[in-house]
This record gives sequence, structure tokens and C-alpha cells, in this order.
Amino acid sequence: MEKFILAFLVGGGICLIGQLLMDLLRLTPAHTTVSLVVAGAVLGGLGLYEPLIKFAGAGASVPISSFGNALVQGAITESERTGLIGILTGIFEVTSAGISAALIFSFMAALIFKPKG
Amino acid sequence: MLKGHQSWVFNSRPAVLACGTVGGPFEAQGPLAEDFDILHDDMWLGQESFEKAERKMLEEACEKAVEKAGQKGADVNFHLSGDLMNQIISSSFAARTLGIPYLGLFGACSTAMESLALAAQLVDSGAARMALASTSSHNGSAEKQFRYPTEYGAQKPPTAQWTVTGAGAALLGAGEEGPRVTSATIGRVVDMGLSDPFNMGAAMAPAAVDTLKAHARDLEVDLFSYDLIATGDLGRVGHEIAKDLIEEKKLPFPKERFMDCGLLIYDKTQPVHAGASGCACSAVVTFGHLINRMKRGELKKILAVATGALLSPLSYQQKESIPCIAYAVSIEI
Repeated sequence: MEKFILAFLVGGGICLIGQLLMDLLRLTPAHTTVSLVVAGAVLGGLGLYEPLIKFAGAGASVPISSFGNALVQGAITESERTGLIGILTGIFEVTSAGISAALIFSFMAALIFKPKG
Repeated sequence: MLKGHQSWVFNSRPAVLACGTVGGPFEAQGPLAEDFDILHDDMWLGQESFEKAERKMLEEACEKAVEKAGQKGADVNFHLSGDLMNQIISSSFAARTLGIPYLGLFGACSTAMESLALAAQLVDSGAARMALASTSSHNGSAEKQFRYPTEYGAQKPPTAQWTVTGAGAALLGAGEEGPRVTSATIGRVVDMGLSDPFNMGAAMAPAAVDTLKAHARDLEVDLFSYDLIATGDLGRVGHEIAKDLIEEKKLPFPKERFMDCGLLIYDKTQPVHAGASGCACSAVVTFGHLINRMKRGELKKILAVATGALLSPLSYQQKESIPCIAYAVSIEI
């Protein structure tokens, strides 16, 4: 039960930050998303995001900030293995499944439904 | 004839020969559904795009107005029209179909009264026997151009307004009976520095009040002589601000008869946040609902003050504030 509560509080907290960015700082939805991705990447780079995932589970791994962390983790891991070039080749290592799925599924949806609004 | 600094009095009292109003499915669920000539149950009107659907509604409104007046399009001298799309494509493309000599206007949501004032001036001065004033807007096409594409599903704050899907047209000419256009006041562009396109009502309210004040001053008219003063699309937020501003300027006005078309067209159960907006808002409410009420004898003299926010998506992206305008037209029966 404790796991669920922690996931709810941390995940909800990240979403609350996003809502405040839109309502108070008047950020557009795109800027809000990008801000959270960058924040996740910075935290990941400082080694703080992985402990957050350990602490809150899906509460930290599901929000978009986790995507920033995943980009950085991929780059770090690959650069340790192959050197500087690994920063470039590793950046989409962890996230490639998510990006490919987004591309493929949105393409399939566009074939079936009318994509223009 | 010029009266005061920025107003016209139409001594020949051009008659509103007939009006045509068209609405979409959401408008059909509203309290003014009865006042539309044509209602569509499909946002697309069977067309390939929202833009084409908007154009079709505008054509229908114009054709309906001409038909109801028992006239032929070929006998109408001029067609004055405008809309919200880039390069006013809805109006120009509809004018291509109609074939009436055409003057394209841009006054954003104030176009209904901008076109009506100019059409009345043309008829009154003898420059036209019959002139058609029209405008249109479409929720889907306006959202796409000014905010986000609808399928993007972006959140909206409570101050945001709902663009009306519809079109309205009024045919003016010499006539013995029916509502008459008696005067008009051309507004100044007013910009109080607001830059939030999700709060247009607040941006437009000062323009509405500026025009209202000029109208009272130029025509030396007591605003209490109007049975109804209807602003275009200030919505809940803008309407309250407008009332406060008028009181601040110590301009006596009939508060209980001061309304907003953006608050009339939808009822409280429809999720439109602060109310309605769009060119069609003041057009369908004035040319449909209010003219019908005048014909039923419920209103004798009204002042329609259509308000427009003259921003573009580019000016918004470059973080410019929103210049606004309002045109006031008095109609009597």
C-alpha cells in the first residue's frame, strides 16, 4: 500500500509542477513538456533521478521527466563503453522503444482515422 | 452623414430586408436554436476541411438572406464580408461563388457590425441600392489557426471562450417596413497591453467601452433610450470588466439591459468556459435572435456593439499585446 501512496504523491507532485508551469508561468503545453524533460535530464545527470525511481516507482518513471533521465542514462552508459562517441550513439538507446512505438502507432492511427483537425 | 467625430447618422434609414443565419451542431443545442435559419448536425458539413465547411456556411447565410428578401443575387450591388481565416479566405471564396461585387473586410469578431455599418452607409449615401453584410467563423478552423489543433487536446483556462460555428448575413436596401439601421459609430483601436489569447474578453472590453462612450457623445444619445445594448463577444470576464469600466467613466447606462451576445448563444450546461466568441457570435445573435425579437415587437431600439481582437498567430508568438476594436450600430423598428 505504501508503494502506491508514494507513487501517487511523487507522480502527482510532478504533474502539479507541470500544471503550475502552465497556469502561473503561462508556459505553452509544449514548453511545459520540454521543461520537465530537461529537468529530468539534469536530475538524471546529477544521479538524482534513479534514487527517485527507487523511492516512488511508477510515480517517477511514468511522467515525461523520466524520458529526460532515460536519454541521459543511455548516453552515460554508452559513453562508458565506447568513449565520447557513445554520447551520440547512446542517447536514444534506452528510449528507442518509446520513440519507435510513438511513431509506428501514430502512423497506424493516421491510416485509420482522419488526422487533420 | 457624419455626426460628431466618428459616427454616422443614416437619414434614409436603410431597411434590413432580410437576414440569414447558419449554425453548427453545438449551436443547435443552445437556447437560440430556434432563431437560426439553417442548423447543421455535422461540423464538417460534408466537406473535406473545417475551412471549406466555414465557407459553405457563409454561402448559405448569404443565399438565405437574399432568398428571404425575395431578391436575386444579381441585383445586390455590393457584398461586404470578413472572417478570421488568414487572408479572409472564407469571405473571398464565398464571394467567388456568390458573384456579387465584393469588398473584403477584416475586423476579426467585430466584422458583423463593421460590415453592417459600411453597408448602411453605402445604401444611405446612394452608392448602393442593395448591400449585403456578412461574416462567419468555425470552431475547428479558428482553434487550429489561433490556438492549438483540436486533436492536440491542450488545456484551456476558465477565461477562454468558445468560437461559434456559424455564419450570419444581412441584406440592406430601401424598404418600407422592418428593422432600420439608423446610426453607427466607428471604433478606435484600443490596446491596454493584455497579451493572453485565452482571455480576449478582458482585452476587448476597453474597446467596447471606448466606442460606447463615443457613440453617446457623437449622437448626443441617452443610452437609456436603448431597449438593449449587446456587445459582441466579451464573455463573462469581459462583460464584468466592461460594466466596471463604464461606471468608472461615469457614463449612465441601463445595466440590466446591457448584455453580451457571447453569453446568450449557449446555456450554462454547455462547457464553453467564459462564453462564446468568433465573428459568427455577434452576427448570428444580432441578425437572428435580436432581429427576430424586434420583429415580434419585444424590442424597439437596440445597439449592437461588436468587438474584435485584432491579433494574429504571429503577433502572439512574438509576444505582442492584443489591439482591439468595437463598432456600434443602432437598429430600430
